[in-house]
Amino acid sequence: MAEIKVIMPQMGESIFEGTLTKWLKKKGDRIKRDEPLFEISTDKVDSEIPSPASGVLQDVLVNEGQTVQINTVVAVIGDDLPASGTLEGAAPAPQSRAESTEKPVKTREDRSPEVRSSPLVRRIAKEHEVALAALAGKGTGISGRITKRDILSYIEQGGSVTKTGLTPPAAPAPPTKPAATALQSSALTGDGERVPMTAMRKSIAEHMVHSRRTSAHVTTFFEVDCSRILQAREKSKPDFERAGVKLTVTPFFVQAAASALKRFPIVNSSLDGDTIVYKLAINIGIAVNIEGGLIVPVVKSAGEKNLLGMARAINDLGERARNKKLTPDDVKDGTFTITNPGQYGGLTGTPIINQPQVAIMSMGGIKKRAVVIDDAIAIRSMIILSLSFDHRVIDGATADQFMADIQKQLESWQA
Amino acid sequence: MALTTYVEAIRQGIWEEMEKDERVFVLGEDVGIYGGAFKVTAGMLERFGEWRIIDTPISESAIVGAAIGAALMGMRPIAEMQFADFIACAFDQITNFAAKSRYRWGAGVPIVIRAPSGGGVHGGPFHSQNPEMYFVHTPGLKVVCPSTAYDAKGLIKAAIRDPDPVIYFEHKYLYRRIKEELPSDDFIVPIGKAAIRRHGTDISVITYGAMVYTALEAAKELEKEGIDLEVMDLRSLLPFDREAVLDSVKKTNKVILLHEDTRIGGFAGELASVISEEAFEYLDGPIRRITAPDTPVPYSPPLEEFFLPKASDVVRVARELYAY
Repeated sequence: MAEIKVIMPQMGESIFEGTLTKWLKKKGDRIKRDEPLFEISTDKVDSEIPSPASGVLQDVLVNEGQTVQINTVVAVIGDDLPASGTLEGAAPAPQSRAESTEKPVKTREDRSPEVRSSPLVRRIAKEHEVALAALAGKGTGISGRITKRDILSYIEQGGSVTKTGLTPPAAPAPPTKPAATALQSSALTGDGERVPMTAMRKSIAEHMVHSRRTSAHVTTFFEVDCSRILQAREKSKPDFERAGVKLTVTPFFVQAAASALKRFPIVNSSLDGDTIVYKLAINIGIAVNIEGGLIVPVVKSAGEKNLLGMARAINDLGERARNKKLTPDDVKDGTFTITNPGQYGGLTGTPIINQPQVAIMSMGGIKKRAVVIDDAIAIRSMIILSLSFDHRVIDGATADQFMADIQKQLESWQA
Repeated sequence: MALTTYVEAIRQGIWEEMEKDERVFVLGEDVGIYGGAFKVTAGMLERFGEWRIIDTPISESAIVGAAIGAALMGMRPIAEMQFADFIACAFDQITNFAAKSRYRWGAGVPIVIRAPSGGGVHGGPFHSQNPEMYFVHTPGLKVVCPSTAYDAKGLIKAAIRDPDPVIYFEHKYLYRRIKEELPSDDFIVPIGKAAIRRHGTDISVITYGAMVYTALEAAKELEKEGIDLEVMDLRSLLPFDREAVLDSVKKTNKVILLHEDTRIGGFAGELASVISEEAFEYLDGPIRRITAPDTPVPYSPPLEEFFLPKASDVVRVARELYAY
């Protein structure tokens, strides 16, 4: 078997480079096909890259922290050493297939023996990081097909499952501090540690400044009584739990926004030179705080979802964002964004628009406040919503009507 | 407690709504003096009089046309097709007028069209059809197909109260074969909600109308082999309960779509598309259809028996799918 060259993959259509943030295997380690090999960070997503082949990691050509162009060779995987068959779970590659691995750069060529399964089985395998090749010949379905029962019992028995995040290599390398640290800090200038920005940090910085430079930001604030949606949430919670979905307040706001965007299409637009482009779909991005930065996964076709579908989509995106399981598609094509500083106690915010969108809504914290209703003082759960909008496209009156629409929906929510 | 048949449940539902709401009236062929070909309106002429139980000429087009006019003037007509097969005569009225009125100028047409449908009764090609798909393909209509006495009553009441045209397919084979004890309160069955008739873990059989019983019979047979079917009764086809369908598929990961209607352009095709679009990664085997073949309903009893999907068909396909 020849050497397989592992390349830096392209993680999105407009992405041409990526930073290799972490090696999950050391030189000399054995690796199975589809086992995570390294972590990368691009300006859109962070993800784990699985090994294109089984074998031994012969060479590591790119260091952690290094940014390289896509298709750059980052590692070489070589033949398994003589003790073949000790590699647990790896099926012997049939002769005819092994030939195709001669072509080094095309990593997808190294298909393990054909294993018949189903969409469900492939999804379960992916979630549990099981290489289906390990079950080759063990399928009990028609023509040796691997069925749901086969893979579930394989996983139950321990299989070659590695939990998400992967068991760390036997002797983990000591965390490498950026080399520049000690050299540059100086007691005289009062500088502490100097840390180079991660790819994500750089890209956030660039986007934020770019947006400030591009749009004429104006922010408007609305106070909303949350009593109805909190009641609705309490009422629906058990039903949602039965459906396996945790119901937070966020879906109510996303749904109200989606509905208001239908009535105010200008808020769901973008600017292309001198032309206003009205977007067909309502795709709402939700800012999620993750380690080392933030990411904005997008609820696609938010205008078509009911509350259950919305809650399910939001929870799924949030969870995958935190587990670094987002795909490039998950962060694409947003038409409006919602951010929620309130979850950390923020009163309200003046967010920066996520280009090329024209508006972003911020949710403050929901808090009981004394409010005056019909000349009496009442205790109500209030939130301050704010909308930063691009005054080049949206006027204050429109922005306020849009927000009043959301306010009205939330305050008259029917459970 | 007395058991109520499917046909009696429809009669009760109409009766109760007529007692409550004087805008509700019935029109159709032989609904008055004769009491309806299947006796759904028996006794109504005596109770409600000839202004509310109207015998019409043999013209489905006239029946539906008059119903639409009355509905636009504020009434709540129930139009009876003596057999669903002849609803084709009223096709233009239903699809071009009733279905489009709300979209064209905001005026809803709250009519109910009762359509006795289905085979298994040796009715031949003109008295056995399942013409639901012509109407499922017409935006603006609602289409329901009850399978139990409870649903027959709950859905006719919901249909009468609905602000839009509802085509109510009642299965002739079930009229007097299905009976159950009904609650005495004023209940309805919401349009657009499916019901799970049997919970199971291995394969979802999604069906409606008389085929619900075919699926249940097969489930009983398969239980002996350790194959656990889930049987879902859609109850409404337009709108249908998308969420329930997807939830069931996500649970069992294998699905059989079963209907008495013929195959090409049948509801199973639509369901299969939705499932593969929205739950592809939950499928552990191919989506299978069990339907009547693409022919008219035969008159000869042995041929009709061959034509209609049977429990043995479900058993066979379920075994294949289980092993897949």
